[in-house]
Amino acid sequence: MKLDSKIPAGKLSDKWQQFKSEVPLVAPNNKRRIDVIVVGTGLAGASAAATLGELGYNVKAFTFHDSPRRAHSIAAQGGINAAKNYQNDGDSVYRLFYDTIKGGDYRSREANVHRLAEVSTQIIDQCVAQGVPFAREYGGLLENRSFGGVQVSRTFYAKGQTGQQLLIGAYQALSRQISLGTVTMYNRHEMVDLVVIDGKARGIIARNLLTGKLERFGAHCVVLGTGGYGNVFYLSTNAMGSNVSAAWRTVRRGALMANPCFTQIHPTCIPQSGEYQSKLTLMSESLRNDGRVWVPKKIEDAKAIQQGKKTALDIAEEDRDYYLERRYPAFGNLVPRDVASRAAKVECDKGLGVSPTGLAVFLDFSAAIERYGKSEAHSKGMENVSKEQIMAMGTKVVEAKYGNLFEMYEKISGENPYKFPMKIYPAVHYTMGGLWVDYNLETNIPGLFATGEANFSDHGANRLGASALMQGLADGYFVLPYTIGTFLSKEIRTPKVDTNSPEFAAVEAEAKKRIDGLINVKGSQSVESFHRRLGKIMWDYCGMSRSAEGLLKGRQMIRSLREEFYKDVFVPGTSDEFNPELEKAYRVADFMELGELMMLDALNRNESCGGHFREEYQTPEGEALRDDANYTYVAAWEWDDQEPILHKEELVYEEVELKTRSYK
Amino acid sequence: MKLTLKIWRQKNNKSQGKFETYQVEANEHMSFLEMMDVLNEQLIAEKKEPVAFEHDCREGICGTCSMDINGRPHGPMQGTTTCQVHMRVFKDGDTITIEPFRSTVFPVIKDLVVDRAALDRIIQAGGYISVNTGQAVDGNAIPIEKDEAMKAFDAAACIGCGACVSACPNGSAMLFTSAKVSHLGILPQGKVESSRRVLNMVAQMDKEGFGMCSNIGACSAECPKEISLDNIARLNREYFKASLASEKA
Ligand SMILES: Cc1cc2nc3c(=O)[nH]c(=O)nc-3n(C[C@H](O)[C@H](O)[C@H](O)COP(=O)(O)OP(=O)(O)OC[C@H]3O[C@@H](n4cnc5c(N)ncnc54)[C@H](O)[C@@H]3O)c2cc1C
Ligand code: SF4
Ligand code: FES
Repeated sequence: MKLDSKIPAGKLSDKWQQFKSEVPLVAPNNKRRIDVIVVGTGLAGASAAATLGELGYNVKAFTFHDSPRRAHSIAAQGGINAAKNYQNDGDSVYRLFYDTIKGGDYRSREANVHRLAEVSTQIIDQCVAQGVPFAREYGGLLENRSFGGVQVSRTFYAKGQTGQQLLIGAYQALSRQISLGTVTMYNRHEMVDLVVIDGKARGIIARNLLTGKLERFGAHCVVLGTGGYGNVFYLSTNAMGSNVSAAWRTVRRGALMANPCFTQIHPTCIPQSGEYQSKLTLMSESLRNDGRVWVPKKIEDAKAIQQGKKTALDIAEEDRDYYLERRYPAFGNLVPRDVASRAAKVECDKGLGVSPTGLAVFLDFSAAIERYGKSEAHSKGMENVSKEQIMAMGTKVVEAKYGNLFEMYEKISGENPYKFPMKIYPAVHYTMGGLWVDYNLETNIPGLFATGEANFSDHGANRLGASALMQGLADGYFVLPYTIGTFLSKEIRTPKVDTNSPEFAAVEAEAKKRIDGLINVKGSQSVESFHRRLGKIMWDYCGMSRSAEGLLKGRQMIRSLREEFYKDVFVPGTSDEFNPELEKAYRVADFMELGELMMLDALNRNESCGGHFREEYQTPEGEALRDDANYTYVAAWEWDDQEPILHKEELVYEEVELKTRSYK
Repeated sequence: MKLTLKIWRQKNNKSQGKFETYQVEANEHMSFLEMMDVLNEQLIAEKKEPVAFEHDCREGICGTCSMDINGRPHGPMQGTTTCQVHMRVFKDGDTITIEPFRSTVFPVIKDLVVDRAALDRIIQAGGYISVNTGQAVDGNAIPIEKDEAMKAFDAAACIGCGACVSACPNGSAMLFTSAKVSHLGILPQGKVESSRRVLNMVAQMDKEGFGMCSNIGACSAECPKEISLDNIARLNREYFKASLASEKA
C-alpha cells in the first residue's frame, strides 16, 4: 500500500494558506443534505461537531459518557500553547513549530506541525470569545507560563483546570448547536463498529448503553475524536473509561495504526501505593518550575527511607543527588518528559528509590520556599528575619502558585508536601501513536477522519506539555472543517445512506456475535483481573525501556493471556441491559490486540527516540540513540491476526535539519 | 479495616429498590471508589451482580461520580467529590450507607447510577455565548479585570455533578444554573445576551421539574467545588431585571 500524505506543494509557511484558498467548498444548500457522524465529544470531537454544525452540516455526535462534559479532556491541568508572543519574549509560529518538531525527536510531519503552530493563535481568540476564563494579569491582559522543553512563555492556563475550562467552552458551543437542531447528540451511545460501503466509511453501529441495543447510524462520512489508548497499561493518568475500541474497530476494518509504541510516560505522578490501585494521578509539569528532583546518594539512606526508618529531612544536603541538574545543567529540572522519566527510572533501578516499593523520587520545594521567602522579606524591607519566618513567607508564595496541586497531593498521599518533599514516579500519560491520517486528517479508509489524541499526526515520538489541548482544538475548530471538504465536495450527489442495507446488517450481526460471545464464556476470572495482568505485561516489557528480548517475550505473554481471556473470563449479566462489566470486557479485548501490536512496533523500531527507549540503542552516558538513516519514517500497521503488516511513510524534512536532541 | 456497607440495589428504573448489606475488607490508603472496586471483585468472584456506580476521572473534575454516603452527597468531607474521599476518614467496624443521588428529576438507571441529562438541557437552553468558530477578535482585545476573571472562573468551576440538587430539600437546581449564569454574565463577552440566557435557563429548569429555591443553602454546603450562594443572588437580580425588561417589551 502506498501511503500518500497529501501534503500540499509550496513553501512550508504558505502551504496551509494556499490549501485553504484552493480546497473545494460545499455549498450551503448541499451541506444541509450531508450527514456527518462525529464519534467522541472531548475537545477534538466537540469542537469539530460544533463547528460542522455551525457550517450547516447535519451532524450526529456520539459519546459513551452521559454528557459531553465528562470527556477525559476535562482533566487536563497545566495549559494550552499558542504562538501569540504576548510576552514579547521572542516567540513565533516558527519557534513553536521548531520546538514541537525537536520535542517530538524528529518523528513528526513538518507540514502538519507548521499548520498546528499557525492556527494555535486563533484557538486562544476563539476560547476567549466563548467565555473561557483564562488567567489574567492585573492589567486585564492574558497571562502565560512556561512548560518543559522550551525557553519562552507561551502557555495559557486557567488555574490547574485548563482542560476543564476549554472543554466547557467546546461543550457550550456544542450545546448551542444541539438546541439549534444542527447537531443531534447521542449520549451513552458507544460505537462498536464501523460500516464501510464500497470502500467508503458510511456509518457506525453503536450500542445504546442504557438498553444494550445495537443501533445503526448512516452518514456520508465518519469522524473519530475518541481519545488515546494509555489505559492499555491499566494504570495510567487517563480517566477510567478511556479506551481504544472505536479506533481499534476501524483498524479491524482496514484503517492503519501509526507508531503505536510511541507512548508518553509523564515524570511527575503520585506513585502507586498498593495492588488495589485503580489509576494514577498526575502532578502538573508546572511543578518542575520550582521543584528540585533528587534521590539519596547512598544506598543505605535509600534503604532506611524505604523501611520508614528515615525521612527526606534526615538526609544531609551533601548526601543528596540532584541528578537532573547534574546530568542536564542547561535545562535542569525542566528537561522534556521522556528524559526526566527515564532518569528517574535509572536512579530507582540502582536501588535509590524513596518509597516502600522503591519506586519513587523526591520532588522538593524547600529551596523554592526559602528563595521566595527571602525575596518577600527583601521586598518588604525586613531585616534579621529568622529561618522560620522566611519559610513561612515562602510557603505562602508557593501556596498561591500551586495550592490546589499540593492539596490534591495531600488528599491522596496523606502527607504534607510543604514539610516533606513530594514522592513522585513516572506514569503512562498520553499516546502519540494513533490512527494514521494524511494532511486532511483522513485515514486510509476514504471518508473516515481522525482528530485529537486518536490520530498520530503532530507529536512524533514525544509530546511537549500543553500541546495536546492545542492539537485537539486545532483539529476540531480550524483544520477538519476545511479538510473534510476534500471528501465531501465529491459526495453532494450521494443520497442519504440507507441503514437497511446488507452491509449494515452484516456489521451489526458481527458486533452482536462478538459481544454476546463474551457473556457466553461464563468463565471464572473477572475482566478487571485480565486488564491488570495485561497492564503489567505492557509496563514490564513495553514501558519506559524496551529490549528485543523483552518485547518478544511480552508478545507471547499477551497472546496466551488473550487465549485465557476467551476461555475463562466471567462477565455477569446480559448484553441487553445496562451492563458496565460488559463494556469493560469488550474494551479490554481490544486492548489486548493493540498491546500486541505495540510490542511489534517497538520491536521493529531498532532505535531509541522520544518516549521509545530501546536498551540496545543508547550512548555510553545512557542517552537515546536515534537512527535517522533507517527509521525516519512513520510505521503504519495493517492488522492481521497472525502477522500485522508494516507500511512506511518516509518523513521528509525540508525545513529543519535533523540533530541529536540535547538538553545538556 | 472491616466495614459493613448498606447499599441501595435497584435493577432498573421500573423495579423497586432496596438496601442490601455487605461486608468488605479495606485499608485506609484506598480511595472510596477503590473500596467499591474491592467489593465488586468480591461479588464477581461469587458470581453475583456487581454494584453499578458511575465514575471516570477519579480526580474530582469530571463530575461523573455521585452517591450519597451516609446521607450526604459526595460523603463526609467538605469540598470533595466521592472519588476523592479516602478510607482514612472511616474507622474499622464502621457501617456506611450508600445511596444514589436522590431527586425526582434524576431517575435511577441502576443501583447507584442516575440520569442527570436534565442538567445538559438547562445548558442547551442558553448556557453559552453565541459565537461561531472563526468569528472571534484577538484574545487581548477585551481586557478583563483580574478579579472579575477570577470570579467568573470560580463560577465556571462547577462540574455539573448534581449534588446541589440532591442536597436540596426542594430538589432545586438553582446553584447549578446560577453558576453558569454568573460565569457568562460576569464576562463582557457574555453580558450581551445575559437577559435571554437567564430567562431561558430558568424556564428550562422549571420545565424539567426541579423545585423552587427557598434559600436554604444546603446546595452550596455540599457542593464539591464550593460554588457560592452569591451566584444565586446574582441570578435572581439578573432574572428580575430581565423579566421587567421583557414585560415592557
Ligand atoms: C491528567 C492529565 C492532564 C493533562 N494535562 C494536559 C495539559 O495540561 N495540556 C495539554 O495540552 N494536554 C494535557 N493532557 C492531554 C490531553 O488532556 C488529552 O490528550 C486530550 O484532552 C485528548 O482530547 P480528545 O478530544 O482527543 O479525547 P478525549 O477527551 O479523551 O475524548 C474522547 C471522547 O470520545 C468518546 N469516545 C471514545 N470512544 C468512544 C466510542 N467507542 N463510542 C462513543 N464515544 C467514544 C468519549 O466519550 C469522549 O467523549 C493531559 C492528560 C491527562 C491524562
Ligand atoms: S453547583 Fe456544585 S454541586 Fe451543583 S452541579 Fe455544580 S459542582 Fe455539582
Ligand atoms: S470520578 Fe470524576 S469527579 Fe469523581
